[in-house]
Amino acid sequence: MNLTLHVWRQKSASEDGRFVSYDAQGIDAHMSFLEMLDVVNENLETGGEEPIAFDHDCREGICGSCSMVINGRPHGPRKETTVCQLHMRHYEDGDEIWIEPWRASGFPVIRDLVVDRSSLDRIIASGGFISARTGSAPDANAIPVSKANADRSMDAAECIGCGACVAACPNASAMLFTAAKVAHLNLLPQGQPERTSRVLDMVLQMEAENFGSCTNHGACETACPKGISVDFIALLNRDYLVAAVGRSG
Amino acid sequence: MARTASGLETALERIPALREEFWENGKVVGGGSELNQVLERAGRIADFLELGELMCRDALAREESCGGHFREEHQTTDGEARRNDADFSHVSVWEYTAESAVPVEHREHLEFEYVTPSQRSYK
Repeated sequence: MNLTLHVWRQKSASEDGRFVSYDAQGIDAHMSFLEMLDVVNENLETGGEEPIAFDHDCREGICGSCSMVINGRPHGPRKETTVCQLHMRHYEDGDEIWIEPWRASGFPVIRDLVVDRSSLDRIIASGGFISARTGSAPDANAIPVSKANADRSMDAAECIGCGACVAACPNASAMLFTAAKVAHLNLLPQGQPERTSRVLDMVLQMEAENFGSCTNHGACETACPKGISVDFIALLNRDYLVAAVGRSG
Repeated sequence: MARTASGLETALERIPALREEFWENGKVVGGGSELNQVLERAGRIADFLELGELMCRDALAREESCGGHFREEHQTTDGEARRNDADFSHVSVWEYTAESAVPVEHREHLEFEYVTPSQRSYK
């Protein structure tokens, strides 16, 4: 199939960006979206032009590196699918595709489709861990944990930190990400000793990173390639309230 | 991934030519003052050319089969790896001296005081 791509090109953070149109010709339906861009890039490089810069790593939907907005949707049109797992059989000959980077003040553009997501790393560094020394492996079931909490924590832990939630949100809020990272630890026994400081510190860091606030749109859950639920935002809000009241009391 | 002396020697003959081709004709578009993924990939190729050559050299020097290093010339009658602890019970460390010069091998001898390494059997 032959497609027309309109891709955001931006040489660096200090220069203006703009859309540039490209013909993607002879694209195989079995290719992934990123493989399609690889083909476009190979042609650009052969012609002496600079290829489109984009992030990728595992190319199998688990690492959280790949990040592009396709026709207005982070990771493209498929539900719970990263862009590296989006295949060209979902497109037709003659289609026009708009490709942009994640748009958020908290994710400054580095080059073309590559943005700086170290803001998410700083949120993790502020509390997304437990400080207990692990020592040697305990006997199985030495620390009782309810199946419900274990399952729910696992659901939250599926977050791959890609930032699609921020890109989808009209406010560019990072609440779904922060909520997932707080929840997966706050639901487990090992996360209890630091439950209060974790939620307060991580929310504080999130607010310092130029993200917007949550006004319950829910676009985040829809865009999330792992299907993280907005219920975790409710959990975060509850934990935050309890922590904040506890601290001042 | 079996290795033979002749195969390794062939590789060692060919790699310098590949490296020269890379440095002479490799094309990198763009500059170094902004993020440049083409430059990044070129840097990796430069590293892999050096590393690949060193791996061939090391594999040629180790005339036994040991772990993931399998030399077809050194196997038991039923196709298992055959180690030579008498001559190769050491770790090799290669010292870079100059570009295109053969690196210098240093050997760190392995001493086993309480356990005698023996032939592993999967039977």
